[in-house]
Amino acid sequence: MAEQMKVIYERPKSWANKVTHYCPGCTHGVAHRLIAELVDEMDLLDKTIGVWPVGCSVLGYDYFDFDSVEAAHGRAPAMATGIKVTNPDNFVFTYQGDGDLASIGMAEIVHAAARGWPITAIFINNGNYGMTGGQMAPTTLLGQKTTTSPLGRTPQDNGFPIRVAEMLAQLDGPAYIARVSLDSPVNIRKAKSAMRKAFNAQIRGIGFSLVECLSTCPTNWRLTPVESMERVRKEVMPYFPLGEFKVVEGVL
Amino acid sequence: MSNKVLMKGAEALAEGAIQAGCRYYFGYPITPQNETPEYMSRRLPEVGGRFVQAESEVASINMVYGAACAGVRVMTSSSSPGISLMQEGISYISGSDVPCVIMNAMRGGPGLGNIAPAQADYFQAVKGGGNGDYKRIVLAPSSIQEGVDLFIDAFELADKYRMVVMVIVDGLIGQMMEPVEFKTRVDVSTLKTPEWATVGRHGRDHANIITSLTLDAPGLEQWNLKLQAKYAQVELAESRIEEYQMDDADYAIIAYGTMARIAKTTVRIARAQGIKLGLLRPITVWPFPAKQIQAYIGKLKGTLTVELAYRQLFEDVQLTLCDKMPLGWYGRGGGIVPGPQEILTAFEEQFGKGR
Ligand SMILES: Cc1ncc(C[n+]2csc(CCOP(=O)(O)OP(=O)(O)O)c2C)c(N)n1
Ligand code: SF4
Ligand SMILES: [Mg+2]
Repeated sequence: MAEQMKVIYERPKSWANKVTHYCPGCTHGVAHRLIAELVDEMDLLDKTIGVWPVGCSVLGYDYFDFDSVEAAHGRAPAMATGIKVTNPDNFVFTYQGDGDLASIGMAEIVHAAARGWPITAIFINNGNYGMTGGQMAPTTLLGQKTTTSPLGRTPQDNGFPIRVAEMLAQLDGPAYIARVSLDSPVNIRKAKSAMRKAFNAQIRGIGFSLVECLSTCPTNWRLTPVESMERVRKEVMPYFPLGEFKVVEGVL
Repeated sequence: MSNKVLMKGAEALAEGAIQAGCRYYFGYPITPQNETPEYMSRRLPEVGGRFVQAESEVASINMVYGAACAGVRVMTSSSSPGISLMQEGISYISGSDVPCVIMNAMRGGPGLGNIAPAQADYFQAVKGGGNGDYKRIVLAPSSIQEGVDLFIDAFELADKYRMVVMVIVDGLIGQMMEPVEFKTRVDVSTLKTPEWATVGRHGRDHANIITSLTLDAPGLEQWNLKLQAKYAQVELAESRIEEYQMDDADYAIIAYGTMARIAKTTVRIARAQGIKLGLLRPITVWPFPAKQIQAYIGKLKGTLTVELAYRQLFEDVQLTLCDKMPLGWYGRGGGIVPGPQEILTAFEEQFGKGR
């Protein structure tokens, strides 16, 4: 019977066979898994350089078997630019949280997108600063309580959340910009196909690509993993709609 | 026949970097060094390199960091306020053991200050600026030719020690024109990609990871001790000084860069008046040439430290000579450059007629 058994699920080859340090129900691990699967499927292991952020995924480089560098907080797009320009045939992606990308590193991501050079950003929007204990992020929703908006975010005191995907899609540089969600199997599958397009936009030399992933942070949201997924669907998606905001010709 | 060409400092230094094998430059405009990025933007494509104008100095230094991780010869240049913005990146680059070269055309500060020549970034360059216990090699040329020659050394030292090497000049050296000769040209095809570089595995049996993060305290202490051992080695092997008219000197001026260039004239004027004055000119301000200066203990009656700053270089002289001889100091700030006679007057005020 053994010869009839079919592998339907296995550890991606580019995964460094390590146990992650992420909290239960955290979707950082899901995003990692998708990257590893795509690196395998698209045969990118030998030419990939991951640029990791400061945030909960700061140790991301430990979990993959490709080359990686660890950037300063928010500076991953600049570092990726320096890496890409020296070896344009390599596949270079940044992995960044919302504090990293949309707050301290906003200038770097906007200009990387505007330059339009083929690098890819995987952007984890979990609505707070996970690593430092759940402070308010540029993506924190109005009314959302965090450790630095204890009564809930108000526009008067804290301004409005930033929709990064829509904002960057206004620029001429990007080839592909999408927002996906990691809350359910069907959305995870869609997320993977968006990431594949983003990777392709780079490999085919078309331009900058970014996939914003609606993610969970059960620990700081003070919710169970299941409640966190529900919150993404009920509260986060209405403000941060899923979809492709920019797809230039040739991206597939 | 001489191969000298007349060039503006900021351009000659850029060409010096290219001759040294630099093929990647990232920078953001700031006076008084704009001719350097402008020159790079013209020249680098001609030699198969790339110039990138970054969105800020924060970005330029992190682009440098990225390219340095790929093991290429890479540099940025800026002036004081821009170098301040780079301090985070310099700390990260130092903490992850990758080489690069940074040029600072120092200008008057603090804050926006002005664009006139200054040496007020000495502490920032030599002592720190970014967070953590790190050092970088700091070279201080006092002429365009020396700067051009030092760029070869800058890249060699950066690669040899996997360190940040900073070349500090000022607007005077950047803006003046001098005949220069490019004596050495590094053939970049002979430069090998280092085995630690993050250039994609391409068949390598392991992944390369470059990070300045070590979460466990004992691990980070060990890493710090490794860095300290490297810095100690650099201090032993790489300090340089020019000793000018020192053979019979009773007194010495201690100065570097532009200030030393002017102080040389002071020495000549003093000598003509019978004052046995010499000049000790640190070429590396880190590592500070302490041993070479200490060799004059017992031989000199005193030193006068002269700088375009307020007692910054002087602090290193004090640490070097302590109470072994009278230590005089003279400096001007805010972009004022004292002339040779003004320095001689300051010397006479502190040491009499030098007899
Ligand atoms: C210059 C600097 N400022 C602040 C910090 C502290 N810090 C570490 S992680 C982080 C926020 C990370 O949040 P995010 O990017 O949203 O990632 P997450 O942990 O949520 O995945 C901050 C502010 C730092 N390391 N460096
Ligand atoms: S703190 Fe939040 S983002 Fe960080 S690992 Fe835990 S759940 Fe994930
Ligand atoms: Mg976050």
